[in-house]
Amino acid sequence: MEVSRFRADTREAVTDNMTTPYKFHGGVHPPANKAQSTRTAIAQMPLPAKLVIPFHQHVGNTAKPLVVAGDHVLKGQLIGLPEDGISSAIHASTSGTITEIGMQVVAHASGLPDLCATLVPDGKDEWIQREGINFRTSLNADVRQVLRLAGVVGLGGGVFPSDMKLRVGKHKVKTLVINGAECEPYITCDDMLMRERAGEIVKGAEIMRWALEADRILIGIEDNKPEAIASMQLAAAASNDDIRVVAVPTIYPGGGAKQLIRVLTGIEVAAGVRSTDKGVQCFNVATAQSIYRAVAFGEPLVSRIVTVTGNVQRAQNLEVLIGTPVSDVVAYAGALPDTDSYIMGGPMMGLPLPNAGVSIVKAANCIIAASPKLFPPAPPAMPCIRCTRCAEVCPAELQPQDLYWFAKSKEFGKAQEYNLFDCIECGACSYVCPSSIPLVQYYRFAKSEIWAREADKTSSDAARERFEFRESRIEREKQEKAEKLAAKEKAAAEAKLQAAKLAAEQAAASPDATMPAISTPAVAPPANDAQAKIQAAIEHAKLQAAAVKPKNTEQLTPQQLAEIADIELRRARIQELAGTDVETKE
Amino acid sequence: MLSALLIMSGIAVLLGAVLGYAAIRFRVEGNPLVEKIDAILPQTQCGQCNYPGCKPYATAIAAGEADINRCPPGGEEGIQKLADLLGVEFKPFGGDTNAPKPKSVAFIDENTCIGCTLCIQACPVDAIAGAAKQMHTIISRECTGCELCVAPCPVDCISMQVIEEKISNWKWKYPVFALTPVKQ
Repeated sequence: MEVSRFRADTREAVTDNMTTPYKFHGGVHPPANKAQSTRTAIAQMPLPAKLVIPFHQHVGNTAKPLVVAGDHVLKGQLIGLPEDGISSAIHASTSGTITEIGMQVVAHASGLPDLCATLVPDGKDEWIQREGINFRTSLNADVRQVLRLAGVVGLGGGVFPSDMKLRVGKHKVKTLVINGAECEPYITCDDMLMRERAGEIVKGAEIMRWALEADRILIGIEDNKPEAIASMQLAAAASNDDIRVVAVPTIYPGGGAKQLIRVLTGIEVAAGVRSTDKGVQCFNVATAQSIYRAVAFGEPLVSRIVTVTGNVQRAQNLEVLIGTPVSDVVAYAGALPDTDSYIMGGPMMGLPLPNAGVSIVKAANCIIAASPKLFPPAPPAMPCIRCTRCAEVCPAELQPQDLYWFAKSKEFGKAQEYNLFDCIECGACSYVCPSSIPLVQYYRFAKSEIWAREADKTSSDAARERFEFRESRIEREKQEKAEKLAAKEKAAAEAKLQAAKLAAEQAAASPDATMPAISTPAVAPPANDAQAKIQAAIEHAKLQAAAVKPKNTEQLTPQQLAEIADIELRRARIQELAGTDVETKE
Repeated sequence: MLSALLIMSGIAVLLGAVLGYAAIRFRVEGNPLVEKIDAILPQTQCGQCNYPGCKPYATAIAAGEADINRCPPGGEEGIQKLADLLGVEFKPFGGDTNAPKPKSVAFIDENTCIGCTLCIQACPVDAIAGAAKQMHTIISRECTGCELCVAPCPVDCISMQVIEEKISNWKWKYPVFALTPVKQ
């Protein structure tokens, strides 16, 4: 029944072998609103007056800044080096001068500032020298290093470093899934990319298939994008790899990685299991294209396609340099006067921007200018009536009403038991909720609380370990001291005994009056010796202290010299206080 | 009659032997309750509970000698967890216990430090690096914010700095809705 229903859904133009018999649970059909932004070809956004490039645009560690204010940089020059493990590189998006490295508000739900480089373009847009590699004659590790230094991350919105996903793990990846579903309303950047640059996407897919040693490539595209499907089919036909372009039914969130894998291959990726364990790896189409640009031409990720839509005069797709202010982008598209806020991403999963001054980052697939008319404020949340409509649409097959209950009452352990972390925050539950409860907000709250608690637990465990180690160390030191003392006493007692014995023997051997002469050196010298040793040590320490010369003090500013003099004065006073008896002085 | 008695006493002897063996075989070392309480405590080792560390306080709670509301760094949530674990009533902070403070770490003003090592000796988690007559510094990652190093410093160069909210430690807030007044 299900199979026939979906085949009927699929467009007629798509032949039967390109559809899929599988489906995932739930899903919703929000109004697509995609037509507005697909009327014109991808346009190049003009160079802005100023770029603000954050150093943390990816999952993992913040890139380490390599430039300082005043440096002149070329387009594509590395300005942020990936730091340890999961991280990615950051590049100058155009040639110009770095005017500031500092904290600025970035596109993040918190509205907090993060480390950014401000770049004032010189207008020449001059590329750094760049060179591609032939991946077929290279090692997997080399290709991954190229991608890491080119700053290629997942452009579907996940921004996970692509080089990490191309590692060959212990499970063989059989199927490479290229995600062109683009299920979220309003967003059309992948659609336009597939229409116009299908060849580059297919070449990127070939590189990934080679790196992962996968057998086949499946490209999943929702059937509301017939032009993109046709264009990708043409490009796939020209490839020597086993590539199939599959039209998947249009249903939100069909573009979720787990959902698309389910629809294309029938494989269910269970809770706590990675798709690679099941032999599938999934990449977005724009990621495939940027992987191709990075490997074949040595071009780092300095721009991306952004859909600008919503309350604007000319909704369209623009190729925008990373770091371009959102205000410039919406101004270029002609934002209408009643625009009051901006959303990065789609209306279902996107995040409201703190202000229009933040810059386009690698995750920014879409900017929606919002107005009260376009997105009226949500009606006040009513109590949950347990209608379980949310459970019917949940693509992760969770029980959103229970999760809501647990998150609301802060029963985080229970929420985790009900697989809160399988929630992909797609917002389908909130979309259908008749009580307009902001369910996803509750899940996000619960998730970040759980993460914070786990971090607290780790640090408190570390503190406990350090405390216990310190206790045991102090105990051990005490014991060692006692043992040493006991050994010393024992040795002294023995020496005394020995001396007495010797004296007795000698006295017995020769009854002359030599006894005091022998016993004196046995007892008295240690005391004298110790005194002399202490004295010698004090002298030595004094000499050493006098010999110490301060280092790195050749080029001090007068202010620093004054500070040092001040400290020396204070130190002298403290030493003086320590020398005298404080209580008698008072 | 006799056989019944024999069977019953036989069973009693057998079960007694099994229980006796189990008591030896599955003997629990230490008091598991102390471990459970210690796991709830925040491990700041600050001594604000008047016990020399979290473990001694946990032992005192388990022995019924201490109240559960003596740990300011654990906050009210910590009291709630202890109350749940021990099956007792929640008790708010009160009496001579300090009020909970925002989480902070110690900071040494390196220009003022004279290198006396007094703070190093006071730190319960070895989070201060330094040596005699050398400048000291806090390893902030390991600092529990217990404030035990502040008092011994002879030159008052240690201050407590509240950990500020950054993107890396930012948390999603509990959804709240502002009530908007409606004109009548």
